[in-house]
Amino acid sequence: MATVTYDHASRIYPGTERPAVDALNLHVEDGEFLVLVGPSGCGKSTSLRMLAGLEDVNAGRILIGDRDVTDVQPKDRDIAMVFQNYALYPHMTVADNMGFALKIAGTPKAEIRTRVEEAAKILDLSQYLDRKPKALSGGQRQRVAMGRAIVRQPQVFLMDEPLSNLDAKLRVQTRTQIASLQRRLGVTTVYVTHDQTEALTMGDRIAVLKDGLLQQVGTPREMYDTPSNVFVAGFIGSPAMNIGTFNLAQGYAALGAAKIAVPRAAADAISSGDQGSITIGFRPESLDVVPAGSADGIPVIVNLVEELGSDAFVYGSLSDELGKAVDTIHSGAGDGQIVVRVDPRQVPHKGETIWVRIRPNEQHLFHAGSGERIAA
Amino acid sequence: MRQNLQITAAAPDPALLDLPWDVPLEMWPDEVLAALPRGISRHIVRFVKMSGRVIAVKEIGETVAYREYELLRQLSRIDVPSVEPVGVITGRRAPDGEPLEAVLVTQHLQFSLPYRALFSQSLQPETATRLIDALAVLLVRLHLVGFYWGDVSLSNTLFRRDAGSFAAYLVDAETGDLHDRLSDGQRSYDLEVARVNIIGELMDLQAGGLLEEDVDTVDIGARLVDRYQRLWTTLTVEETFNAGERWRVAERIDRLNEAGFDVGELDITTDIDGTTLHIQPKVVDAGHHSRRLMRLTGLDVQENQARRLLNDLDTYAAAMDRQNDEEEFVAHDWLTHVFEPAVRSVPRELRRKLEPAQIFHELLDHRWYISREQGRDVPVPEAARSYVDNVLRHRPDELAVLGASGLADEDEDA
Repeated sequence: MATVTYDHASRIYPGTERPAVDALNLHVEDGEFLVLVGPSGCGKSTSLRMLAGLEDVNAGRILIGDRDVTDVQPKDRDIAMVFQNYALYPHMTVADNMGFALKIAGTPKAEIRTRVEEAAKILDLSQYLDRKPKALSGGQRQRVAMGRAIVRQPQVFLMDEPLSNLDAKLRVQTRTQIASLQRRLGVTTVYVTHDQTEALTMGDRIAVLKDGLLQQVGTPREMYDTPSNVFVAGFIGSPAMNIGTFNLAQGYAALGAAKIAVPRAAADAISSGDQGSITIGFRPESLDVVPAGSADGIPVIVNLVEELGSDAFVYGSLSDELGKAVDTIHSGAGDGQIVVRVDPRQVPHKGETIWVRIRPNEQHLFHAGSGERIAA
Repeated sequence: MRQNLQITAAAPDPALLDLPWDVPLEMWPDEVLAALPRGISRHIVRFVKMSGRVIAVKEIGETVAYREYELLRQLSRIDVPSVEPVGVITGRRAPDGEPLEAVLVTQHLQFSLPYRALFSQSLQPETATRLIDALAVLLVRLHLVGFYWGDVSLSNTLFRRDAGSFAAYLVDAETGDLHDRLSDGQRSYDLEVARVNIIGELMDLQAGGLLEEDVDTVDIGARLVDRYQRLWTTLTVEETFNAGERWRVAERIDRLNEAGFDVGELDITTDIDGTTLHIQPKVVDAGHHSRRLMRLTGLDVQENQARRLLNDLDTYAAAMDRQNDEEEFVAHDWLTHVFEPAVRSVPRELRRKLEPAQIFHELLDHRWYISREQGRDVPVPEAARSYVDNVLRHRPDELAVLGASGLADEDEDA
């Protein structure tokens, strides 16, 4: 087992100017489950393929443990791409299906048997080792395929959107299986997905990329609680954070008809690049419904209520002094929309105006110019 | 519940609508299925009869289905040997409203054979090496156009007879990607995956008694790597020589032609003082012989079949003492006096057994064989009669290996 280190690693495709991955610095601990996540074209798959040896590294280095693998052939990197191929061979037993790559590599028979048995134990397949794949259920077959990668005992597992091919229900099941399996095996794993829910539920840490640049890396909790910029704030979390850019005057941001107090330290941090504005983010669950006209209360016109049983979400608009909607805010629901989590037993009606207040210390403040978080 | 089918297809066939899309593929009735041997697949795949042809239907996630459809379209546009995509169908629902998986539909490749069918027909050990050679050529061609396969295997390939060897076609592009140019890492990973998969597939055939125990599967896997690397080098390596040895440019082109490739673009650079020449093929296209035969006769056949036919054409020109005539005229006469009568002499009901060019190739082999046996030059019409009665009649039908299965369900979706 080993650590993985990207050291200023860049990939520039021939004929393009902007790097697909730009000076990536990232250190994955031994045994850690790291998820690379971001929108399409952010460079997450390219980063993984650089580690796999499938993409050239044009600048910088990549290390597995202390070994510089930048120019090492893929097959000599001691990594396993999982799920690339899980067609099983019908005439071979489950044990042979799991161990055949070791046989090709010339591993002694007794050792193959030991490794296969160990893997089977972890995968709950011990009693099926001498059967043919035909006798297995779909889920068991998939575990045999995982067993193939496990018996090779690679230093690192690489997974590139392994669940994209599954339907929604199976995806959730397999997600849990992979995560718990990885924890039991303790093999360093780098996992690529575009789905932030997958990232939050599976990763020990998450690295968010955008336009080839690493935005932030941290535990799911850190990413959720202290996003380091506006992009990460909007990307992580579902429903997404409400984010708006507002004028700042005398220590107050004007949110539609409401005025929100901005801490002095944050107001002092505003620079010329921000042009007198501040970007404020608050999650749907960071809002309390308060009586009309409360101090720091923000009026929201209800457009739609989504009831989920355990939760209810109001999708609404901020209104100006005249009660008209303003579109200085955006959220996962779109521009001009604000999302509020409300008590599912007390949902407002469409067209009503409710008043909400951001809970103390639950707002996120960013520079309007650079989008960077303003340290509280 | 009504289905709300979405069919994405370049040239949709209305008959597609008549298929039972509200039934999971696994439970499709026998009357719509064509009895073709199935390969090893991680998905459910069925061959279906439709409007007098056969299509392959694969159940697969929606996004992956669209992606693979697009990739296959791009590959067929740039003329890479691959299956033709027909379309993607989404929005399937069972009568109880349960949503069903999307499907990718491809055209079944006529006269093509999955490797498992080839092994169940004859246990010749050379079959394995011939398949490997064909796969190496396919992999080189794919890599030349920038296609990274990701899951190279015999199962993901279909084979057509091509004179004494095989021509390989890509069938499964699910894990593939088209790039401007592949890195060495991508090529070597593809090659390693291919090696391991092939050995695994051959080990499986051994476990099932379809391949002799003493065949060295690891050795066959290594052959792919060797073949691939040699061909890749022939096609791409930069050569350097003295400016006085310009004949080496022509020699390089001949060597590429010999390997079955045409040079689309050749980079020639000299040193500043002009004493050293560097040449490197930039664009090479496979199918040198098949294009030449096409130009001369209009026959569209595989590369090695074309070699064989062109050789026969040369023999004909020599025998008629017409080596100095315009090649086009000689070719026309050869077509009408030799090739067509020979193929027509095969009774109609036997013609679907093999492609015409393959029949002609086998007929030439047979003629050579009986001529040697009888110590005389057996004329083509006589050889044709003997071939039909003694060989072709006993061959399985390969237009679509109907009923040749015997592998039926044992190996599906494993």
